[in-house]
Amino acid sequence: MSEARKVAVLKGGRSLERSVSLRSGAQVQDGLARLGHEVVALDVGPELVPELLASGPDVAFVALHGPDGEDGTVQGLLEAIGLPYTGSGPAACMRCTDKVLAKHLMREAGIPTPAFRALRERSIQELGAAAALPAMQGELGFPLVVKPAKGGSALGVKFARTGEELPSSLVGAFSYDRTVLLERYVKGRDLAVSILDTHEDPRAGGAAEAGATALPVVEAVPREEDFFDYESRYEIGMTTFVCPAELAPETTARAQELALKVYELLGCHGFARVDLMLEQDTDELWVLETNVVPGMTETSLLPQAADAAGIGFDELLERILASALTR
Amino acid sequence: MERSTSGGGDGRGARPTAHELARYEALFAARTRGMKSSAMREMMALTERPDVISLAGGLPDTSTFAPELYAELMAEVAAESTARALQYGPTEGMAATVECVVEVMAAEGTLVHPSEVIITTGGQQVIDLVCKTLIDPGDVIVAEAPTYPGAVPTFSAYQADVEQIEMDADGMPIDALESTLDRLQAEGRRPKFIYTIPNFQNPGGVTMSLARRRRLIEVARERELLVLEDNPYGLLRYEGERLPTLYSLDAAAVGRGGASDLVIYLGTFSKILSPGLRLGWAVAPRPVLEKLNLGKQGADLCSSAVTQMFVAAYFSGRGAQGEAGWREYVETLKDLYRRRRDVMLEALSEHFGEGAVWTKPQGGLFIWATLDERIDTTDLLALARKSEGVAFVPGRAAYVDGRSGSSSMRLNFAGVPDQDIREGIRRIGKAIREQLGLLGSLTGSGGPSAAGKAAGKPGVGGKASAAGASGPAEDDAARAGEADTRLADVVALPRRDGTASARRRQDR
Repeated sequence: MSEARKVAVLKGGRSLERSVSLRSGAQVQDGLARLGHEVVALDVGPELVPELLASGPDVAFVALHGPDGEDGTVQGLLEAIGLPYTGSGPAACMRCTDKVLAKHLMREAGIPTPAFRALRERSIQELGAAAALPAMQGELGFPLVVKPAKGGSALGVKFARTGEELPSSLVGAFSYDRTVLLERYVKGRDLAVSILDTHEDPRAGGAAEAGATALPVVEAVPREEDFFDYESRYEIGMTTFVCPAELAPETTARAQELALKVYELLGCHGFARVDLMLEQDTDELWVLETNVVPGMTETSLLPQAADAAGIGFDELLERILASALTR
Repeated sequence: MERSTSGGGDGRGARPTAHELARYEALFAARTRGMKSSAMREMMALTERPDVISLAGGLPDTSTFAPELYAELMAEVAAESTARALQYGPTEGMAATVECVVEVMAAEGTLVHPSEVIITTGGQQVIDLVCKTLIDPGDVIVAEAPTYPGAVPTFSAYQADVEQIEMDADGMPIDALESTLDRLQAEGRRPKFIYTIPNFQNPGGVTMSLARRRRLIEVARERELLVLEDNPYGLLRYEGERLPTLYSLDAAAVGRGGASDLVIYLGTFSKILSPGLRLGWAVAPRPVLEKLNLGKQGADLCSSAVTQMFVAAYFSGRGAQGEAGWREYVETLKDLYRRRRDVMLEALSEHFGEGAVWTKPQGGLFIWATLDERIDTTDLLALARKSEGVAFVPGRAAYVDGRSGSSSMRLNFAGVPDQDIREGIRRIGKAIREQLGLLGSLTGSGGPSAAGKAAGKPGVGGKASAAGASGPAEDDAARAGEADTRLADVVALPRRDGTASARRRQDR
């Protein structure tokens, strides 16, 4: 075990994912305390930076979901005040959080991601973008998925089954973000591959060998809803998680390989979770998105995947914490 | 900011591993597996901040209760009976408090005997106890659509199948109720009870007509069904004549000057005095009452003796006019809420766009507004909360399927100061215009093409512009005597012409 540190756990905030973040934060706090660290829990608000400066932690554990925690805002501030922190840096956060940017990058790098188009609210008013919708529909087909460009919760994610439904789906999604993504709907199985850096903390005497490892694949099987929605994603019992997912060995290997490629491509650090779809009809794998601050709640996928790999929660925390000090 | 400094875990609060998780899941009762916190509730939680004007609450305005009186009453309880106030009480409630209930019921035109009353921990407990008493998993409850959002999780917790009957301006249409009951019978499913809020319905704001009340009782008698009559706001009527409770109608039908034998009546002190007291009551047929009592023993033994004695002391007081103090206070509340309702109605006319309709409640706390059907009010809330700082209850909360009611919203006018009502409605209106403008651009229709779509839909408010449509047959005869009151509950905004919407889009 590494030396005891004073760790600020950043959680809560004002996003739609506040309560999930509070639960992630609570789990992290408990684990860090068990590991002998001194924990300072901070519900992120207008006093965040002053509080950090006043409490003087050695390191910050970012368990903050939603915009500030995942889009690089908090990471940038932590760098400004010289405080090491867990997870990806500002640039990787920006690349991952902006689903449109992430998909462009993946497509350029030859990583399979479902066909998509982006639409800015402003362009509808100012550039007559609505006239491009028929072309987009023709290209992507129905049903198609409409998502706010940013935001990890499934709030605002819509299925448009017909062209008639599309305008209200777009307006709904624009309620959460000024840019939305229109994406081809991939029918199939929901997979998640968590990546964990195997940095050893040189000061703890470990080998300074670095590298990212893909954890066992988790499959999320929605129990009732026809869509893996916000509620079922976070509530015990609404979704059945299977880990390791029951997949052909080559599919597992391919999913892990893709996830690692994406992790490297987007420049992630420490840990992340890559969500994929295994298409029913073609058996093709498609990368949907990458989460730089994956959930750490009792039902979250990263802890489950780590568990399946024989990495207990506390060890997982220790490794994530170590990654903060090896940036 | 929360700060906890801890070292050296003792294992408490340890995170369950995936294996443990599976174990917990296996331990959860089937009914709690169905329980979930919704995304909407997450969002609602975020509206509880000072810079957000919330029209979402179900709150009365307790700031109108004189602090001096509160202090006086508490002092009285302390001086006369501290030991009793601090003690357990009888499960069915303290006799003096039950007397207060009898008095309130009499004010509702409903005579009940103290032995038919059980005091509960808020009206909400009645819903829970009634489900506990009557519902096996898969049993059917028939409710209005929309229905009280707070009842939905209770119904789900007992794994009831809820059948909702879409209301119109006169409340639940009884012919629709009957066809639903017929269908259920054909499917071999027997509903256990009909849940209704006949007065100033939450969230619909509409009131069940007298003719329908009578028909409802007839239907319930014919089919031997129980009715749960939820009446929290009956005394908060701002205009029009009081209508008899379902309980009193059934008691009259039973005859012998006796009690109803199929209506379970739910009352509460929350809206006429204070929700903080957590005191409500049920009046029920004796066999049901006994089960409710047993259920309550298991739930909480008894409701708070402190607040029951507070109520008893309060009800014995006289007001400034020499009337019963509690009645004078209700009058004060009525004046205040009536004015706020009017402020909200005026603001709605000014700020909500064409295609929007809303109820004009004769009492209660809520207005139900329905927008262009292409607007999803859950999304609108996300936008309004973030960019405008205003909150309301999205209509979906009032439907068990979590999908219907998606273009409606519940607005509370009672617990919000006038200026906040005006500003809140203005902000919501701004968000609506923004979404409509965007829709107009996307569809190339140059404005809300669906103007009137909402108004053409069936349901609360929908009746507004469907005034010419023939009403349910069973009511027609009875309605002759009621003349035009059936549409008095609903008001529709006249459609503006196309130029107004075109101009508005340019404003954005």
